[in-house]
Amino acid sequence: MLIYACKRFGVAMLVAVAVSLLTFSLIYLSGDPAMALAGEAATQQDIEYIRKFYGYDRPLPVQYADWLTKALSGNFGYSHYLRQDVAEIIFSRLPVTMMLGACALVFALTLSIPLGVLAAMRPNTMIDRFALTLAVVGQALPSFWFALIMIFWFGIVWRLLPITGTESWVNFIMPAVALGYYVTPAVMRLTRTGMLEVLASDYIRTARAKGLRPPVVLFKHALRNAIIPVVSLAAVQFGFMLGGSIVIETIFAINGLGYLAWESIQRGDLPVMQAIVLILACFYIVLTYLADMLNAFLDPRIRVV
Amino acid sequence: MAPPQDAATEGIVVRAALADGAIIEPTPATLLRRRVLGHAGLLVGGGVLVLIVLVALLAPWLAPHDPLDQELARKLIPPIWHDSAKATWTHPLGTDGFGRDYLSRLIYGARISLLIGVAAMLISGVIGTALGVTAGYFGGRVDMVVNFIITSRLSLPVVLVALAVVSLVGNSLWIVICVLGLLIWDRFAVVMRSSTQQVRNLDYVAAAQALGCSKARIIIAEIMPNVANNLIVVATLEMAHAILLEAALSFLGLGVQPPQPSWGLMVAEGKGYMFFDPWLVGIPGAALFALVLAINLMGDGVRDVTAPERRN
Repeated sequence: MLIYACKRFGVAMLVAVAVSLLTFSLIYLSGDPAMALAGEAATQQDIEYIRKFYGYDRPLPVQYADWLTKALSGNFGYSHYLRQDVAEIIFSRLPVTMMLGACALVFALTLSIPLGVLAAMRPNTMIDRFALTLAVVGQALPSFWFALIMIFWFGIVWRLLPITGTESWVNFIMPAVALGYYVTPAVMRLTRTGMLEVLASDYIRTARAKGLRPPVVLFKHALRNAIIPVVSLAAVQFGFMLGGSIVIETIFAINGLGYLAWESIQRGDLPVMQAIVLILACFYIVLTYLADMLNAFLDPRIRVV
Repeated sequence: MAPPQDAATEGIVVRAALADGAIIEPTPATLLRRRVLGHAGLLVGGGVLVLIVLVALLAPWLAPHDPLDQELARKLIPPIWHDSAKATWTHPLGTDGFGRDYLSRLIYGARISLLIGVAAMLISGVIGTALGVTAGYFGGRVDMVVNFIITSRLSLPVVLVALAVVSLVGNSLWIVICVLGLLIWDRFAVVMRSSTQQVRNLDYVAAAQALGCSKARIIIAEIMPNVANNLIVVATLEMAHAILLEAALSFLGLGVQPPQPSWGLMVAEGKGYMFFDPWLVGIPGAALFALVLAINLMGDGVRDVTAPERRN
């Protein structure tokens, strides 16, 4: 287990380095960063001054190493637009996005796992068809459109839910549904296939044969085993959701990381953009690593590979 | 004739009957046709998709007006099913906030969605298939490297990176296509890798190796045809994915630029009028939903029909 954990850790670190390189190269995508900072009216002298001041005149590997060591110590630079430390801005916005992601995940899991279990218990019946239809429809629904439709009916016509803000948990209902439903099909399908496989196995027949009550067989024996891959899928999907929250946060004007990312992109605030991409990517790497470890811990066969 | 005693003799009898023409065994093509015609999802999805493709191709003849033609005097006319004195058959789906004919914009919008979907799918398909098949065929170190590339790509948040790159490089239709194509090849690579791994140890690959075929020939002539059905399924899914991503980018203002009619952009433009004229948001969104649903249904259908045992 330790060898496996170390190996996976090494790979995760390499991935993090690759991602940081890509993130770093974002500065040079638009051409000369000094020229972009100086603006259109700047003279050649201004540009040269800015290039020196921000260190864009140094060799690229030196710039990268400098940027990375600072980022590792929590210094993501300075936002030229907000005139504030990037790390400070980001950590003030991070909790809201985490909260939104967590709500969305809770919604997705409470909808998809029971549906998946029901569908597996009664394959090829109305429930099963309904669940599969829901999955197919869910995958085709554009999230921003779905969010606007909810805003129209629940917020404007029926006036049931607030359409912006983050004051109380009620504000999170619509954004969480809009963000979470996209994950539902995948989780539901995985739960269903897992349950179908487990329910057909010998030990379930044994459990039934020795006269255990059906709920005990279903939840204690079957679901416990079928849920293992679902847990790691949920971890990975949580990472995706944090990245996808940019659309939802913009629509509901939720002052989180996604909204910050959109604002920074709109005003070309590069240090903030870079920091958000890097943080979300690292978050995803950590989540997948934890999911791998959990799987290996629960299923010793994986550790051999 | 005595009744057949066991499976072997029965086989001989059946073969003899086949030779006589007494039993007509359905050919694989007939079986495939039967499965296709018996699959409701494939037929509905395929039908809707063909319809939308036709609309997109015939846009100049079908659209009643110029999609870019503005006329503020006739702005915000509601669609004909509204009980309003302003509703008119000249503009069956009404007009938007600039007085542009909504039906014409919807029809031309289909072109943009399909173009982006197909082009981004082709780019990502080439990248992903090349990586996946190479990793699956060669295994070992090559596989490790490709796996590493896939993991690195997966850890980048797609929407965010696409938005950032488009905002930095500048946005034109082709830049959006290239950025999406370079970002969404991961599923192609993952699926092609595992299907190549399944195929590469089969006897006919070994036979081709024994005959001295080159690696390139084995990959192209032996492996590719046998993973093609998986490729088609992933291609449809990724086309739908690209269309949804383009719509999201355009909705956020960094994809297709106004005044071009993109469905995602139309939703964004209609958002401001949502309180009184919700159809401005409803119509393009519904079109987007129908297109993506049709493509997904077709993809699921192709998977069911070509590999019925994979269904779950």
